[in-house]
Amino acid sequence: MSDKSHDPNQMTGAAMIVRALIDHGVKDIFGYPGGAVLPIYDEIFQQSEVQHILVRHEQGAGHAAEGYARSTGKPGVVLVTSGPGATNMVTPLTDALMDSIPLVCITGQVPTHLIGNDAFQECDTVGITRPCTKHNWLVRDVNDLAKVLHEAFYVATSGRPGPVLVDVPKDVQFATGTYHPPRKSDVHRSYAPRVKGDATQIRKAVALLAHAKRPVIYSGGGVINSGPEATKLLRELVEVTGFPITSTLMGLGAYPASGKNWLGMLGMHGTYEANMTMHDCDVMLCVGARFDDRITGRVDAFSPGSKKIHIDIDPSSINKNIRVDVPIIGDCGNVLGDILQVFKAEAKKPDIKAWWQQIAQWRARNSLFYKKSNDVILPQYAIQRLFELTRGKDTYITTEVGQHQMWAAQFFGFEEPHRWMTSGGLGTMGYGLPAALGVQVAHPDSLVIDIAGDASVQMTMQEMSTAVQYELPIKIFILNNQYMGMVRQWQQLLHGNRLSHSYSEALPDFVKLAEAYGGVGIQAHKPADLDGAIKEMISVKRPVLFDCRVAALENCFPMIPSGKAHNEMLLPEQANDEATATAFAGGKALV
Amino acid sequence: MNQPASAYFIEDRHDPNETHTLAVLVQNEPGVLARVIGLFSGRGYNIESLTVSETESQKHLSRITIVTTGTPMVIEQIKHQLDRMIPVYRVVDMTQTKRSIERELAMVKVRGEGEHRVEALRLADAFRARVIDATTESFVFEITGNTDKINQFIDLMRPLGLVEVSRTGVAAIGRGPEGM
Repeated sequence: MSDKSHDPNQMTGAAMIVRALIDHGVKDIFGYPGGAVLPIYDEIFQQSEVQHILVRHEQGAGHAAEGYARSTGKPGVVLVTSGPGATNMVTPLTDALMDSIPLVCITGQVPTHLIGNDAFQECDTVGITRPCTKHNWLVRDVNDLAKVLHEAFYVATSGRPGPVLVDVPKDVQFATGTYHPPRKSDVHRSYAPRVKGDATQIRKAVALLAHAKRPVIYSGGGVINSGPEATKLLRELVEVTGFPITSTLMGLGAYPASGKNWLGMLGMHGTYEANMTMHDCDVMLCVGARFDDRITGRVDAFSPGSKKIHIDIDPSSINKNIRVDVPIIGDCGNVLGDILQVFKAEAKKPDIKAWWQQIAQWRARNSLFYKKSNDVILPQYAIQRLFELTRGKDTYITTEVGQHQMWAAQFFGFEEPHRWMTSGGLGTMGYGLPAALGVQVAHPDSLVIDIAGDASVQMTMQEMSTAVQYELPIKIFILNNQYMGMVRQWQQLLHGNRLSHSYSEALPDFVKLAEAYGGVGIQAHKPADLDGAIKEMISVKRPVLFDCRVAALENCFPMIPSGKAHNEMLLPEQANDEATATAFAGGKALV
Repeated sequence: MNQPASAYFIEDRHDPNETHTLAVLVQNEPGVLARVIGLFSGRGYNIESLTVSETESQKHLSRITIVTTGTPMVIEQIKHQLDRMIPVYRVVDMTQTKRSIERELAMVKVRGEGEHRVEALRLADAFRARVIDATTESFVFEITGNTDKINQFIDLMRPLGLVEVSRTGVAAIGRGPEGM
């Protein structure tokens, strides 16, 4: 035997993977075993520092890791096998890329000598996942593995966070090589995200802010990704300037919903006051958001009279959709700190009383109005009750995608960041249930609720089994209207009310389904029963499927119709058939 | 502004297209070219010409020269999207610097007899194209120059019996003493 046998850094590739996870402080990973990852699973079996959560489908592992990452600010880790294991990860990887969520996905691959031979469970994993990761690697030599794993963690979590993937052939997992702990030289020299904003640009920004008559702050998920300091600084900036603030779907919670300067969410289903403020403002400070098409409405009519300041760590986000006047490339927290420092030293709170009076008039339109009923539960009402009854509790909310997601964003008030996990960019139905699993793993004693729709939740329903196995008491609050509500809403508005395949003819009995999985099923039909049922759900310390039967044909308003600008919103009281037809003029005739 | 029923805002963009030559310095590692090309196809950008080769073997650096077209906003996007890729060191817009030299090499096969053959040879001489292969009924010319010059030469060869063309695509470098 050589000396190397006593070197603790000599180990197999499989052992290196587990060792690297430990070195990066990973406590929990989500995965599913298979032929090409068996050596890694063997290593996991023989240690206790990293806990593995066995999901029922790889997509579930990916979304669970996303929920874990979004609720903690730490990277989520996934381990899956080659072939179908890897292809099932494409959706969560894309989801994480769109929403800038740090994920590290380790995939097994067929042995090196079989790559390219159409071997059993082979696929071109790095080829398939190249467009849906921030970066990915195929490791062909066990002596490169440590470096690649460390770089993977660095790339996922630094700069604009995102998903990365490391593909490890089975022979590399078996081979012995030299491990080293993380070190600076593990990272590409070509990768150096810019953190500090340019001082001249920051001065220009402050000059604009200080002289604003009709300002607005528009914040996004980047503030939350930047960390707790950025949230603190954003709140301080609002306080120091007295400016109104709105946020994207991804940015909810960075500024508290109970804060006096809060306008509500902006965009397609944002509040009237938020969108009007954006449209009529003279200075816009965009922090960590990306002028997404759900936010801007018609681009050539987007906030036509304003000077725009845009803080983003990713230069490619700047001037992509909307041309801005003062771009500042850097980390939100860092740049906000600098802006505050200069503002406090050189400027004083601008007088914007008239602007606030204008905003008060827009607020008075009460754009989130809906007609309550004593006979049937309105979905908005259900979320308001859920919000009221969970107030003061340590609550995390995930969602699926559709009308329920928008109502959750409109009616559930978030006071802190990292409490709201939703699929914003990709809009992945089936995200919420597994994401709730991941959140619950990270916060075992907290109340974790997936606000779901009856259609979305069936896409990843199998993960109820995971929840039961690991005693994760997630609450799946299904707003059951028996439709794919958002699809139906668009069909009503744009496709002559022809409800093509948006009705679920044969829904399962969610109560029995919950029981079949070994969880708890609860049902509510009437508004009068709702509070009691929600309280019961909260008190149960097991996974719950809550079947909340809501008004079947309720639609989500206010709304910016397609091709319209922020000041052309359709408000709930106007949303009768005739007004809707006019608002969508140019589209097909409405029946 | 009328538009068809859609969940997306459909807008006409009226900015005129520009052609730009970009020089991209990358780490020469497996998949790097696929990343660059995938970016262009995935985001709907155009590639007019693409040239790639390792330029500094000890540092494992490759240089990719891309000729692309798009509106000024799209060209900006392309540069930023390239620059944020992990193995990309630098992106330089050679067109924007206005101080760059662009060259392309083409091999042009022409088949013909009599007057056509003489004419092809005479034009080749005028364009400083070299004969690198010849038979009694054909020539292969090697020509170097900017894209316009090569296009012009090929157009002239067409009636004289043009058989086929192989082009390298554009390579570009900045004038003056500085590197990129």
